[in-house]
Amino acid sequence: MPELSYLESINQALHQEMERDENVFILGEDVGEFGGAFKATAGLYEKFGRRRVLDTPMCEWAFIGLANGAAMMGLKPVVEIQFADFISTGFDPIVQYAATTHYRWGAKLPLVIRAPWGGGACAGPFHSQCKEAWFAHCPGLKVVIPSTPHDAKGLLISAIRDPNPVIFFEPKYLYRREKMKVPLETYSTPIGEAAVRREGSDLSIITYGAMVLEALEAAEALSEENISCEVIDLRTLVPLDKTAVLDSVRKTSRVLIVHEAVRTAGFGAEVAAIISEEAFDALDAPPARLTAPDTPVPYSPPLEKAFRPDAGKITARARELMAY
Amino acid sequence: MNADSMNKIPGKKLLELLYWMMLTRRIDDRCEALFKQGRFPGGIFSQEGHEAISVGSAILLKEGDAIAPMHRDLGAYLVRGMSPGRIFAQAMGRQGAPSGGRDVNTHGLGDLSLRIFGYVSHLPQSMGIALGAAYSFLYRKEDGVALTYFGDGASSEGGCHEALNLAAVLKAPVVFILENNQYAYSTPIEKQCLVENLSIRAEGYGIPGVTIDGTDVIAVMEATGEAVDRARAGDGPTLIECKNLRLKGHAAHDPADYIPPGLLNRWKKRDPISLFRARLENSGILDGNKLAELQGRIEAEIEEGVEWAEASPWPEAATLEKDVFSDA
Repeated sequence: MPELSYLESINQALHQEMERDENVFILGEDVGEFGGAFKATAGLYEKFGRRRVLDTPMCEWAFIGLANGAAMMGLKPVVEIQFADFISTGFDPIVQYAATTHYRWGAKLPLVIRAPWGGGACAGPFHSQCKEAWFAHCPGLKVVIPSTPHDAKGLLISAIRDPNPVIFFEPKYLYRREKMKVPLETYSTPIGEAAVRREGSDLSIITYGAMVLEALEAAEALSEENISCEVIDLRTLVPLDKTAVLDSVRKTSRVLIVHEAVRTAGFGAEVAAIISEEAFDALDAPPARLTAPDTPVPYSPPLEKAFRPDAGKITARARELMAY
Repeated sequence: MNADSMNKIPGKKLLELLYWMMLTRRIDDRCEALFKQGRFPGGIFSQEGHEAISVGSAILLKEGDAIAPMHRDLGAYLVRGMSPGRIFAQAMGRQGAPSGGRDVNTHGLGDLSLRIFGYVSHLPQSMGIALGAAYSFLYRKEDGVALTYFGDGASSEGGCHEALNLAAVLKAPVVFILENNQYAYSTPIEKQCLVENLSIRAEGYGIPGVTIDGTDVIAVMEATGEAVDRARAGDGPTLIECKNLRLKGHAAHDPADYIPPGLLNRWKKRDPISLFRARLENSGILDGNKLAELQGRIEAEIEEGVEWAEASPWPEAATLEKDVFSDA
């Protein structure tokens, strides 16, 4: 089984789904001959041509609108937003049109919007944002954030085969970081199922995206202090695998929710609320959140390091929770 | 109105145009009456003054073509096969409506089996949608055409520029109809732009643009016909600006007293239906008997539609959370 990076996995999933289904096509800025800003679409233009790998002008509003219309005509558009931060320029077609259409008048709108997401690369305020909460707040959109090369492929394939609009955020911090064995054949990883990345009995760390790696590193460090952490990777925020979250919390009685997005009205608040409502009796400590602070994402290395949660901060917060 | 162009169209077709325009007007009137009687709660957008645009353009489409209309295009929905009963049911919030009571008035009045796309309030969102349908025709090497509409108000939105430019770059088979009724709700055209004709913007995208009299159904047909032919031939999009005046308020609640009476009176004399009717009478295509026959047919269809809609059940509250996602 070949070892692939996150980015290579995405690329392979796109190649294989385009081979499988003539209706799948890609559109976005610089995705064609150039192969995309991160090369996620490398080789596709050469293989499938301009019709199926469409370079667009800078016009997210119009090309996402185009994708909506094409999707309702039975095609399967896979839109690339060059950086997740830029998705706001195409907001209406996503949150007003794509999200509501099936509910309003029954039209299927199978759309995938892929976007390199998150920080950790000193890319500054407009190439680092985590805006998943915007979309989780819109009924009708699925929100997927894979954290491993294996899941990146399996979940992207599921997203492309899903009959609904799917917002697919790819932690670009992970793009070239760790390789893992990824089956060459196609497979789908179900949307809506969390993964237990590490089993434990004292504390549940619930997270997603690039923070999964940080949580695992923290869990390893804490194990040396005889603190046994369970790490839950949500993988998809909508639909949320509530069962996995609640089962873990009932097992450990303590929970730390970690995300890279800013704190107020972040997705962690929703997870904390669900735990408080549905597993209050199982808790030995209040549900805790470790998130970025409520600021734009700063550029300079010491500032971004202070902004972003990491293994060290998770470890420290976990110790406090254990002492509660 | 160009007499030559009209002479090229068979009398039967001309009467069909009149029928659709009159049906549009009568449904509009009936909806307003029902709204004022409190028989449904949602607002109703007046169609008055827009009938020539929606009917004269949609009539040019063939089976398999796609259409993304807006709130002043009731005629286009009718021409493309949406029944009066379903339109009344949508206004009343009943199960039999295309949205099953989930969307209001002409919003979400979509039906993919008719290739009619339901719109959202965020105009000109439908420009992107129509462009997507047009791209699907290119993609599948089909000769379909997509037709869409937006107003002078939406022409100031950034998305309008994006969609026109992208359609031009892709040479997409799409026809953009700009209904310049001179008011974006209460804001007059002179506060919206400095140009006399909005169609000159087409030149900036490298596509043809034309301004026509939006009260003349034959002029609308002629311009749309050329644009549809161009699109089908692979020559890309066209922008057609149809000038008219919205003869009533933005919606049924709006008395529109911000429109100067002089302006309104001038345009009331150019009511598209009266103009066309007189034209048909003068050329001997329409007489009193034929008119009475048309009116009778329309009244019967409207009564039948209202009855059908009122007989349609209310949606069940238990279905509230269904269909947010498609299962398959």
